[in-house]
Amino acid sequence: MKNFISRYCIVRDSKINLNGKIIFEQETDLNSFLINAYRKFNINYAKFFKMDLLCKLAFIGSEILVKETGMLSKYKGNEIALVLSNRASSLDTDRNYLKTIENKENYFPSPSVFVYTLPNIMIGEISIRNKITGENAFFVSEKFDPELLFNYANSLLASDKTNCVLTGWTDVDKENYDAFIYLVEKTNPYPGTEHDKNQISALYYKG
Amino acid sequence: METLQQLEEKLKIQLIQQLNLAEIKPENIVSDAPLFGDGGLGLDSIDALEIIVLIEKNYGLKIVNSEKVKEIFYSVRTLADHIYQNQKP
Amino acid sequence: MPQKVFVTGMGIISAIGNNTSQNLKSLLETVPGISDIEILETVHKKKFKAGEIKYSNRQLAELANCNAENFTRTALLGMIAAKEAANHAKIKDFSDDKMGFISSTTVAGMCLTELKYPDFLHSKINGSFIELNDCGDSTECIADFLGIKNNITTISTACSSSANAIMHASRLIRMGKLNRAIAGGTDVLSKFTLNGFHSLQILDENWCRPFDENRKGLNLGEGAAYLVLESEEEINKNVKKVICEIKGCGNANDAYHQTASSPEGTGAFLAMQAAIQTAGIKPEEINYINAHGTGTSNNDLTEGVALKKIFGKNIPAFSSTKSYTGHTLAAAGAVEAVFSILALNNGMVIPNLNFSDPVSELGIVPEKKITRQDLKYVLSNSFGFGGNCSSLIFGKV
Repeated sequence: MKNFISRYCIVRDSKINLNGKIIFEQETDLNSFLINAYRKFNINYAKFFKMDLLCKLAFIGSEILVKETGMLSKYKGNEIALVLSNRASSLDTDRNYLKTIENKENYFPSPSVFVYTLPNIMIGEISIRNKITGENAFFVSEKFDPELLFNYANSLLASDKTNCVLTGWTDVDKENYDAFIYLVEKTNPYPGTEHDKNQISALYYKG
Repeated sequence: METLQQLEEKLKIQLIQQLNLAEIKPENIVSDAPLFGDGGLGLDSIDALEIIVLIEKNYGLKIVNSEKVKEIFYSVRTLADHIYQNQKP
Repeated sequence: MPQKVFVTGMGIISAIGNNTSQNLKSLLETVPGISDIEILETVHKKKFKAGEIKYSNRQLAELANCNAENFTRTALLGMIAAKEAANHAKIKDFSDDKMGFISSTTVAGMCLTELKYPDFLHSKINGSFIELNDCGDSTECIADFLGIKNNITTISTACSSSANAIMHASRLIRMGKLNRAIAGGTDVLSKFTLNGFHSLQILDENWCRPFDENRKGLNLGEGAAYLVLESEEEINKNVKKVICEIKGCGNANDAYHQTASSPEGTGAFLAMQAAIQTAGIKPEEINYINAHGTGTSNNDLTEGVALKKIFGKNIPAFSSTKSYTGHTLAAAGAVEAVFSILALNNGMVIPNLNFSDPVSELGIVPEKKITRQDLKYVLSNSFGFGGNCSSLIFGKV
């Protein structure tokens, strides 16, 4: 059974790339970059500002794809699966949270920072925003693993419960960031790419 | 000793910073408007916990999560009032 | 044709025992493991109770027969439990390319980092501990310890992690990608999580009271557990003893809040529904539910709402075993999978401790004492922050 990568978004090196076209570019710190992208794309969601960098990054990537593909009008919330991965887990926020409990004499653990010390919260944020209630998983690996995501997406699509999978890699560690999020569907709505390991790899590396 | 009104203005700035209310300016927050729920600042349960931390950190006051919390946290005014009444000199 | 998946081995270490038979004994004798914190150095030592494993890292290393210096507590617990599972299943070839290892954790090496980081920042010590921080470290240590070379994966989805590890392993075997896998998770107590959960105000200063009207929150716990899963074909080839079948599994997102569950129990409902559907059974065929039942105001209410939606007036016997072990975070799914399987094979419903009055909005009552009955299917729930909800169904063979 063939599946298709219908659309992809890469956020890397101060650029946002949608299907090979640069749609936003700005050389600045990651937080400002993501906030300015949020404003550029007229995303109206106040909760965005509460998110940590990792969730902001995943959120921007998913917002762009959701708008571009119209997936929410094509699929019901429980038909969409979310499978993401990264290397650093929630390390960036772990450090920030640790700062709030480091000093025995002056410690104020922050609940809002603690909430983000799990990498799968980014999936939660995307689900909450878009009312996506399908299957969801998060993997931590040393580097981007096309085979893992390929197998997982295919197994989900082989069931009759899942009809599209938003998947990819979203990694943040201080100012080092790398996001590659793509949509896999059963049918090919646009001139898309066949969903296979080599294609996934090629898109990730060449962008 | 600052006035209650000065405390309210200071609180607004602190709330915006602590709760990441980036799209909101202090002058947009009405002192006696509800903080939580629809029509308020749209704060949620995590924000309430974060305000508890803010009060302890900045004013040395411990607030235990009980029924009284709803009254104290109703608006910037009730929050400022609570701090004003109980703040250690 | 998708293969059936069976469990051929299990291993566990928790606050109620160092291995499966010790855990079973504690369950049978109704001996919980939640106590004052002794080993974790924290300012909250006298304030909170936890399901702490009363062994220092050095003692755990002795149990695992390795050098304590090279491993985090997370890795050590995982090594002990995974080894027991592997021995139980009598695995001979760990380096087979159709053998896999799927582990999970949330604390990972933070238990060590939080101790060493301040000194490292002030240049008092070197940063070698940093290499042990990441989630993948404990996975690789355990894989290395057992000699597993291929198909090594780490999952991190908060409190549903190890349930998802079991689900993922089960799917890989069903698809024919693997013949055999060890799947589960490990997590330890840490200042990081103790302070974090405290800041969310969901910890109970006394023993947790799952599904009780006056519940105040959870007790944290630590532990590790792993199942060995094998395909039907592999079992027939090697004439292996089977412990139970992985009958069904389901996962869904609650899509409501980062840390709280929706009042409708949407995620829990969808996960249980999916598990029951994939099992190809009817809800009334489930004999016992090992609930997520953390003892928080929010979870027990929303899980109860979901149970009522699935089972109507006929909710099967249910209980939360977190009243024995505390909430072991990423390890919870696998720890409770082991308990569900022990319940299944010993024909016993494990009681829900510290219960007095039902949640007034629900009116449902968990099992209060050990009940002996023939069990055919047991459902186990694990719901994590980020709305990740998973359910597993184990079937008697």
